[in-house]
Amino acid sequence: MKTKTFVTAAMAGLLAGSAAWAELVVPDLSYRTGPYAANGTPFSDGYQDYLNLLNARDGGIGGEMIRINECETAYNTEKGVECYEATKGDSPLIYEPLSTGITYQLIPKVSADGIPMHTLGYGRTSAAAGETFPWIFNYPATYWDAASVAINYLLSENNDDLSGKKIALIYHNSAYGKEPIRTLEALASKHGFTLSQLPVDPPGQEQKSQWLQIRRERPDYVIMWGWGVQNQVAIQEAANVGFPMDHFIGNWWAGAEPDVMPAGMAADGYKALNMNRVQDYPVLKEIQAQVIDAGNGAGDGSNVGQVLYIRGMYNAMLTAEAIAKAQELAGTSQITAAQMRAGMEALEITNARMAELGMEGIGPEFKVSCQNHSGSGEGLVQQWNAAEKKWVPLTDFITPDKSVIDPLIAEDAAAYAAENNITPGCL
Amino acid sequence: MSADILYTFEVVINGLMSGVLYALVALGFVLIFKASGIFNYAQGVMALFAALTLVGIMEGQVPFAHVINATFGTDIHTFGWTVPALLGIALTLVVMIVFAWMVHTFVFRHLVGQEPIILFMATIGLAYFLEGVGDLMWGSDIKTLDVGIPQGGSLWVENISAHLGGDDFYGFFIDKLDITASIVAAILVAGLIVFAQYTKQGRAMRAVADDHQAALSVGISLNFIWVLVWSLAGMVALVAGVMWGAKSGVQFSLSLIALKALPVLMLGGFTSIPGAIVGGLIIGVGEKLFEYTVGPMVGGATENWFAYVLALIFLVFRPQGLFGERIIERV
Repeated sequence: MKTKTFVTAAMAGLLAGSAAWAELVVPDLSYRTGPYAANGTPFSDGYQDYLNLLNARDGGIGGEMIRINECETAYNTEKGVECYEATKGDSPLIYEPLSTGITYQLIPKVSADGIPMHTLGYGRTSAAAGETFPWIFNYPATYWDAASVAINYLLSENNDDLSGKKIALIYHNSAYGKEPIRTLEALASKHGFTLSQLPVDPPGQEQKSQWLQIRRERPDYVIMWGWGVQNQVAIQEAANVGFPMDHFIGNWWAGAEPDVMPAGMAADGYKALNMNRVQDYPVLKEIQAQVIDAGNGAGDGSNVGQVLYIRGMYNAMLTAEAIAKAQELAGTSQITAAQMRAGMEALEITNARMAELGMEGIGPEFKVSCQNHSGSGEGLVQQWNAAEKKWVPLTDFITPDKSVIDPLIAEDAAAYAAENNITPGCL
Repeated sequence: MSADILYTFEVVINGLMSGVLYALVALGFVLIFKASGIFNYAQGVMALFAALTLVGIMEGQVPFAHVINATFGTDIHTFGWTVPALLGIALTLVVMIVFAWMVHTFVFRHLVGQEPIILFMATIGLAYFLEGVGDLMWGSDIKTLDVGIPQGGSLWVENISAHLGGDDFYGFFIDKLDITASIVAAILVAGLIVFAQYTKQGRAMRAVADDHQAALSVGISLNFIWVLVWSLAGMVALVAGVMWGAKSGVQFSLSLIALKALPVLMLGGFTSIPGAIVGGLIIGVGEKLFEYTVGPMVGGATENWFAYVLALIFLVFRPQGLFGERIIERV
């Protein structure tokens, strides 16, 4: 009897061990504490809830369960690198650090370790050049796409003529905030508008000088590249100095509920870009029923449906689709990081597939390739309705000006390749 | 008068107003340092905690709701009532007094006689602990703080000053929140001075600040005075938290406002209430004027580092700060 019990236990242990080995490990470098917690929490909730939905509803992806390995970065670059070092031994398939600062530090590391990294609408823009950055992906769009989308929107608002207009860029004085400057300068010379630059030292609690300058110079439009408290203070200060909210456009990291709620009705009319349309998707009901109500939600469910929650969910969907593609290409459900990279490079997102997943129209259609790791680059413009406390999409997805962006990407990627002795090419 | 001169004047006025907000944070540091020699690293987090508590009380939020729900499988978030601002402020003050008592009883009473660096490190631990407790108690989401303080540029000031310049001058911009903060700061400082000068407990507080041993020898309870001082610092933290929180919403970056107080303390001295005010005003005006005049030439975003440069320049000539106690050491 004792022998039978022992054999049964050993078999169970063996099965459990092999099941653990076969898991799809997806690290979540999140930030639920610190100055940026209000932004990091809903994103991580959406990310994890979608992956947990796949586990609960479909038994994972391709029959393999997903294991989320969460690590707190507090949006701190050093902690982000520590998280990478702490989790990379766990056979992760992908890294998605949700921080441009962490991204820059991890680019050489993941490239050397052979683990793909996806930076959804953030990170190093020139990583779009897949032949130079084979392990880095930034689909569906980059910061430079965002800058161009904003200018294309303003062109459409001004009969395709921005000559003589004054546009101010107020930005987070960091690697992230400085990303769009190059593109905006190129677009300024192409379209004849004047660009003034107003850096705000992070975190951005104090912006009086910048907004007094805006009040003095009276630009026609203000574009914001902010994150965290910088956004809330900027929107409040814009209202204080009487800057028209409908001429104030944030990028897609400056256009979520936490950014506008503190200013109350004063934020009404504020505009922002978005890479993921916000609406009541059928998949949200499934998440509510099968994840949150079942007690397996990453949060308490209060963020469901918010901009950053939906973006986190969208990010997780793209990751899950890439895993499925990788499994298909590899002919096995137990994929490696290298096979995951191949899946990401062959990823194609269509309207039909998004509808099938219960999130029709959430993002643009795009196809990743060896040469193009950034997707279509499209984004839409949304506007805050303070009375109803909701974002209203104003446009469909707008195509960026690739004739300006592509040469800049090629130039930056070539410089990176030269600095790092990289011979560009497909893996 | 030319628009440039008028705009420079506007920058000076707004610098003064910003300086008042910095001074509000610095005051809390001064109170504790003066009475106990502790440099309270947790002062910024105390401002955050006080503001979080105020919003939580006003909105009828259940403290530790996340922990309760996770432990017992419940789904409770609010009590279902709201509390008026004034009552909320009063209740928050009670919480800060309880906090002061706990800090003294469980931490600093056991560290009496330790080196200043040990006490400083204890406040670092306190800061992280309090931030974590604030997160568990009230959640990490951004909260809107509305205690009825008006915000936005004063149209009255703008209109009466608009005619001073030409077409390219739009009148002076002064934020109503900054005006309110200045009035509140003036009342707060006047209240603290009256308390320290004319009340029995205030005189005892000053005696402890002057010489702990002498105060003890005449029967003053150090325990009581330190709880009193931490309570006053908690009150100042609440005022700072309300003013800063009204601008940006109450969120965890609020604790970083302490960084704005450090150059103020270096300049004004760690032991002087008037020093905190004057230091705040000098830093506020100095950094805003520098950003306005030199900032555009060096790429902007000069305020954070220039405040420290300004403080360091003052330190070279007056190491104890403008109003600090003179350091005299004899062999």
